[in-house]
Amino acid sequence: MKLLWYLLGGLGLGLTIIPAIMVFNGSLSSSENKNYMTIGMIIWFLAATKLIKR
Amino acid sequence: MKLTELTEQLNSVEEFEREPIPPKAIKKWTSFFGLYAGEHTAGTEFVIGPLFVAHGVSTGDLLGGLLVGNILAVLSWALLCAPIAVRERITLYYKLEKICGPTLTKTYNVVNGLMFCFLAGSMIAVSATAVGIPFDLPLPKLTDFYPNSATWVIIVLVIGLVTTLVAMLGYNLISYVANLAAPWMFLVFVAAALAVLPELGVHSLGDFWDVANTKIWTGTPLEGQSKFTFWHVMFFSWFCNMAMHIGMADMSILRYADSWKAGLGSVSGMFLGHYIAWTASGILYSIFLLNATDKLAFAPGPVAYYAAGVAGIVCVIVAGWTTANPTIYRAGLALQSLSPQWKTWKVTLIVGLITTIAALFPALVMKLLDFVALYGLLLMPMGAVIFADVYLLPKLNLKVEKAEKEKLAVNWAAGLTWILTLVFCLALNLLVGIEIFFLGLPGWFVATGLYVGLSKVLK
Repeated sequence: MKLLWYLLGGLGLGLTIIPAIMVFNGSLSSSENKNYMTIGMIIWFLAATKLIKR
Repeated sequence: MKLTELTEQLNSVEEFEREPIPPKAIKKWTSFFGLYAGEHTAGTEFVIGPLFVAHGVSTGDLLGGLLVGNILAVLSWALLCAPIAVRERITLYYKLEKICGPTLTKTYNVVNGLMFCFLAGSMIAVSATAVGIPFDLPLPKLTDFYPNSATWVIIVLVIGLVTTLVAMLGYNLISYVANLAAPWMFLVFVAAALAVLPELGVHSLGDFWDVANTKIWTGTPLEGQSKFTFWHVMFFSWFCNMAMHIGMADMSILRYADSWKAGLGSVSGMFLGHYIAWTASGILYSIFLLNATDKLAFAPGPVAYYAAGVAGIVCVIVAGWTTANPTIYRAGLALQSLSPQWKTWKVTLIVGLITTIAALFPALVMKLLDFVALYGLLLMPMGAVIFADVYLLPKLNLKVEKAEKEKLAVNWAAGLTWILTLVFCLALNLLVGIEIFFLGLPGWFVATGLYVGLSKVLK
């Protein structure tokens, strides 16, 4: 189960940074990037609450 | 009920406030990298990077000044603060009490507490610019001192109230949220800057330098702003945490380290936060300036929203909130030292009210560079006193930790050092015209010399 949260955490952070790199390369639009960043944020916070102990 | 639980929880935490750290509590020096990275990627980064742009720094001056200044900051932590912290293994406050006496230490705490209030206030104002986006909040301007609309006042009051309540009841929660947000927040800074680079005309790394010089750090200040050079950037990045390294406040953290090398952990905070995040937020501000009708408008919320959408808004709110909240809590603890029997929640409530009133004034954000420099400068002389007491006084056969040994309420050698150093710095500023960013370095040498001299005279 923990592996799943690690993977989701990585996905959340990946969705935060990778689409921005694609905007820089010209292969993604700015508005699509903002949507991916929002989804990445939600996934990161969900996964991080399971990965980082209080 | 909640308050009782929290008080019990806080009472059960062993912080070794008045005793050296026992060996079992000591941490490896490498564990300090994460701590510093989180601490220095925060709400202030959304303001400082853009203010460099507003002050017309050039690209070479910015990148060079940040490089040298941040290296000097890391060295200050590693070579000044950390060696004393691991040698003494007590908090700054306990060390000050031994050297300066309880009354002077309380004065220090009040000054520190008030500075914390203003810092937290500026972060509430930063959050307000993001919360205000759906309400069409009129953007504050670089030249604003007073609140510019009723909407601003209402939003700041609401955020201030919520922040204060959380600081009173849920400090642990907000510290947890800050830990969760830290890696994501850093990536939002980088991603947002990367995503706007094509709009500025950067389509490959090779384009960056030319575009940076013509559209980002152009070397021309905005109307009403002073011109910044390499030296401003270097001294600011070195001294913006002066209270922490040269001022020795981080003794309280670094006393847990197994070696002075823990001070080198600050490299993560300096280069992820004070290099990359400042540079990134400067890039974001430049695209905002290119599109803005009013070039003096200054609001981190809309800047981040433009580049990163909802994630940008959340990032500004979380960054501002997670900086303001622990700062209010620390300010409460500092002021509570005046009378330990005061209830923590009542002190935190009063501190929260002071902070919220301060946050109403946008000048606190617009003049953040000056405020941060002043904060470090005010507390720096006590760091010099500790340095001299630990290293110089024993070599000169002068009494160390005099207040404790002679049971003094005030060690006047330290008290006069503090006052005279600040008078000297004020005179340099008013009479010679030296800007606040440059006063820390001569001030430290004056403070060290004064303390040694006064200790000899008042022997």
